[in-house]
Order: sequence, then structure tokens, then C-alpha cells
Amino acid sequence: MDVIIENLPQYWDGFLRTLFLSVVSGIIALIFGTVLAAARVSPIAALRGFSMTYVEIVRNTPLTIAFFFAAVVLPRLGVTFQQFEVAAIIALSAYTSAFIAEAVRSGVNSVPVGQAEAARSIGMKFSQVLSLIILPQALRTVIPPMINILIALVKNSSVAGAFYVLELFGYGRQLANANGDAVLWVLVGVAFFYLLITVPLGYVATVVERKVAIAR
Amino acid sequence: MTSVLYDVPGPKARRISLIGSIIGVIVIGGLLVLAVMTLAQQGIFDPKRWAVFQIPDVWVLIGNGILATLSAAAVAAVIAFPLGLVLSLMRISAIAWIRIPTRIVLEFLRGMPVVLMMFFVLLVFATGSFVAVVAGLVLYNSAIFAEIIRAGIQSLPKGQREAGLAIGLTSFASRRSIELPQAIRRMLPSLVAQLVVLLKDTSLGYIVSYEELLRKVQIMADFLGPAYLFPVFFVAAAIYIAINFSVSRLAIWIEKRGSKKAAGGVVHVPVAGIPAK
Repeated sequence: MDVIIENLPQYWDGFLRTLFLSVVSGIIALIFGTVLAAARVSPIAALRGFSMTYVEIVRNTPLTIAFFFAAVVLPRLGVTFQQFEVAAIIALSAYTSAFIAEAVRSGVNSVPVGQAEAARSIGMKFSQVLSLIILPQALRTVIPPMINILIALVKNSSVAGAFYVLELFGYGRQLANANGDAVLWVLVGVAFFYLLITVPLGYVATVVERKVAIAR
Repeated sequence: MTSVLYDVPGPKARRISLIGSIIGVIVIGGLLVLAVMTLAQQGIFDPKRWAVFQIPDVWVLIGNGILATLSAAAVAAVIAFPLGLVLSLMRISAIAWIRIPTRIVLEFLRGMPVVLMMFFVLLVFATGSFVAVVAGLVLYNSAIFAEIIRAGIQSLPKGQREAGLAIGLTSFASRRSIELPQAIRRMLPSLVAQLVVLLKDTSLGYIVSYEELLRKVQIMADFLGPAYLFPVFFVAAAIYIAINFSVSRLAIWIEKRGSKKAAGGVVHVPVAGIPAK
């Protein structure tokens, strides 16, 4: 127990960095994922093809491979970063956006056909149909699965700890090495801070799910 | 290709779309060419670098890596599925002191990074890395399997269980012979999708120094020199993606097949964006 209290500053720093990685990658992934989903349903074949290929490849790539690529392979190819956080954010947002894109696409599919038909019949173009009619409704129905993806993102950010970023898991490894006799409590502390993010988020997802279910 | 999201394109729209496609292809192709040229400048396509694949030992290492990855995934899946089944039944048990603790444990396991669990087992129980990887995967995935099966059971019409109880089956017998077979069949696509996740997560073994595919790549690159990192990594990533891709195809195939056979399995709603089949 004492180990956790003694090292509280490290835990707190790691917690903030985990939060930072998750929030930044989350925002990038939300935007890029939505764009990918829009490309997937667009009338332009090249965009459809690109979006489909990207999602298929990324969804079938283990996150560790993505991290390895961003943190180890990219620098040797001449793409260097000042901080490894950048590599972590690249890997996390590229990985997560594929899942966001799939979620948004399933949301687009869940909007009744009549909505798009009505929009078209009053003369809207594809871009208007999508941005004014379909996406606002689609995004609403996919909030619960989206939150689940974001929970997964928070947990996935732990992989960054193995690639030179000192976030929660990174500090956990460091503290576990330094306090060989109290490894159990060190890791319990790390687990506690992860649950501090994931459990409330999961609760929000359940509540939102119930609300949306009533609304439809 | 027609879609409800946009009108059937006329000659003008088709031309614009074609021009858009061409521009898109040029932009994407241009980026690819740029990437390839950057790689070429680094001497990546130097045949000498790819000659490592003529060494049989490299393939033996890669083969061992694949084997390690697959065996960890297989062992974990075989243990996690029955465990998930039991947990799902405990999670919806009528007895509160079984249901509530199970729920808390599941909630805990689902909110935890898999790496952390592997690391925990590795350090606290001082096991080998194989046991740590498998234990981490089992802990996490049995919780997910439990949630999937629970959702499947609860999606069944109430009458199924009522009918089971009415003909005199015990609660457990009704679950076992009436509800579970239907629930598992219904949730088969999700279960197989979770198997893909499990397979992908074996690569986290890299972090607890389990000698799976990615770790072997690093060992090879350390041994052969950094110049060979890219070719070996490229091949390993391609193998990983190929394995995962075929398992996800399997999931899609099962979903299609299941929707024909499972009673009330999948309801087909005509949807926007994708033409209804």
C-alpha cells in the first residue's frame, strides 16, 4: 500500500499522460474516422475503395505492429520525432479511426431509407444529404458503441508504455522494477487509475444507450 | 451501384464522379509513389536487403514466431470460451450473491488493459512469459465472451425459457438445452469477431518478452543489423494481417451462413448507403 502513496506523483503524471494520449488520439480518430465513413458511402469510387482498403487493413493489424511501425520503423526511415508521444498518437489514432469509421458506417445504415429519400426529393446534393440529414442522426445512434471504442482506446494507450512513453503502464513497469518486493501493490495502483477512466466511461455508455433506445 | 444517399448519376454527374475518381487515384497513387521513393532513397529496395529471405534460418525463426503466436491464441481461446460460458450463467443467475460479485469481477476485467494483466501475472506469480500471455488473454477474453453470451441469452424471446420451465426442466437444464444453443448460434459472428481480437492481442506478448512473431522480428533485426529491420518487419506484418484477415473472412462467412439457418437470427432491414440484398 505504502508504495502507491509514496509514488503518487508518478502515478498522477502517468495518469495525466494516459488521459492526454487518449484525448488527443480520440479527437483525431473521431474526425478521421467520420471522414473515412463518409468516403465509404460517397459516389466517388476511388474514395470508396480507399476507405474500404484502409479499414480492412488496419482492423486486421495488431496494435503492437502499428506501434512498432510508428516508434521503431518510422524513425529508421527518416521520420523522426522530438517525443515518442507523437509516435504513440500516430499509432493510436490511425488504429482507432478504422473502428470509428466502421461504427459511423453502421450508424449511417441504421438511418431509415425514407430520410435520405426525402432529403433527395427536396433537391439536396449528396454532401447536403450526408451532413445535414444522415450524419446528425447516425452519430446519435452510434454514441454508445463509440464510447466503447474510446474505452478500448484508453486501454490500448497502455501499449505506448512499452514504446518509450511514460504513461500509466510505463510508470507501472518502472515502479515494478524499482520496488521488487511490492510489485502487487504497484500494479494494483496502475489498475486503479485505469478503472478511474474506464468504469465511468462504461457507465456513461449504458446511460446513453438507454436514452437513445427510448428516443427511437 | 445505386445508393439511396444520392441520385442515380446522370451523364454530367458520372463525368464529375469519374474526374473525382481519377483525381483521387492520382492523389493516393502520388502519396504511395512518394512513400516508395522515400523508402528507395533509404536503400530499402536494395536486393541485398531482401536476400535475408534466402537464408532458411530466417524462415525457421518466422515459422517459430507464427507457431508461438498461434499456440498462445489457441490455448487461450480453448480455456477462455468455457470459462466465459460459466461466467455468463453466473452473471444472469437468479441468486443475488452469485450474480452481483460476478458482475463486479466482469466489470473489473473489462476495464483493464490486457497488457497490464499479462504483466501482473508475469511479475506477481513469477510465471514464464507463455503462461503470462495466455493468462492475460484468458482473463480478458472470458469476460468478453461472458458478456456476448449473456447478450445472446437475453436477446431470446422470453417464451423460450418459460416453455422450458413449464415442461418441468430445472433452471440450469433450460439454460443448457434450450437457451444456450440458440444464444451461441445467434452470437456466433460476435464470438468469432472476438477470436480475431484475441489473435491480434497475442502480439501484446511482445511487451512481456514472449517470443512471438514480432519479438522474433526484433531479435532478427538485432542480430542481422538494423538495415534488415524493414524487410523482416514488412513480411511479419503481412503474415499477421493475412492470418487475421482470413479469420475475419471466416466470421463474415459464418454470419451469412448463420443468418440463413438460425431461427430469427438476423433481421434484414433495407438500409441507407448500402443496397439491400
